[in-house]
Amino acid sequence: MNGSIPILRIGEILVASVQTELRDRVANAFQEDVLNTLETTGATGLVIDISGLEVVDTYVARVLAETGQMAKLMGASTVLVGMRPEIAATLIRMAYPMGGIDTALNLQEGLALFGRRKKKKK
Amino acid sequence: MSGETLERSEMKIDSEDDIILVRRKVRDFASACAFDVFATSAVTTAASELARNVWTHAGGGFATVEKVSEDARLGVRAEFRDNGPGIPDIERVLAGGYSTARTMGLGLSGSKRLVDEFEIESAPGRGTRITFTKWARY
Repeated sequence: MNGSIPILRIGEILVASVQTELRDRVANAFQEDVLNTLETTGATGLVIDISGLEVVDTYVARVLAETGQMAKLMGASTVLVGMRPEIAATLIRMAYPMGGIDTALNLQEGLALFGRRKKKKK
Repeated sequence: MSGETLERSEMKIDSEDDIILVRRKVRDFASACAFDVFATSAVTTAASELARNVWTHAGGGFATVEKVSEDARLGVRAEFRDNGPGIPDIERVLAGGYSTARTMGLGLSGSKRLVDEFEIESAPGRGTRITFTKWARY
């Protein structure tokens, strides 16, 4: 890993908690770390926790959505969790299209979502 | 734009880190004006968008962040200036459909939606000046 955003593995799911400002370089390193870790672990899911972010502007929103799209190309689905109420309101008031990414209230709900999907498949 | 300036901070936008510094200053003034978390998020995000536009499209510029008052209400005003390429079709950009660097259209039109007053002065080759004000609600 070369970025400053740690990526943890819980079973078949990767959990990334974004606690730091997503500068250009951090954002690129994060995306590359996610893709490399997907390859080496064979994980099928990615949870991105943004509860530590105070501001999500269109740049950060695009980085997050792109990361989900990249993960999808590698066969993993992404759930964005932990968005603060004021950030949800701000993004919708800006008419930013976040529709492409699955979301859950918090980390626990995000992981539970993957658990339910797995059960359905069986 | 109307109102009286109570406090002013002149800032340079010379790096990505400066975007964060501008945002922090806006957040400080929002807090001093007793903005709630929703209004604080709105004004901080708008500042972040516009500071990032200055950095991305013009390679740098200046921001003036102010705490203002008018008729016993407080507000945050920010002005962003650059000598970049300018915006050729402001109406279209504000409609959200136009983008030179992917995020610009949504960033500008979105910022306008987040604040109470919004002004753009820009012409191709003559830079851009954008000013907004957001007032506290009591």
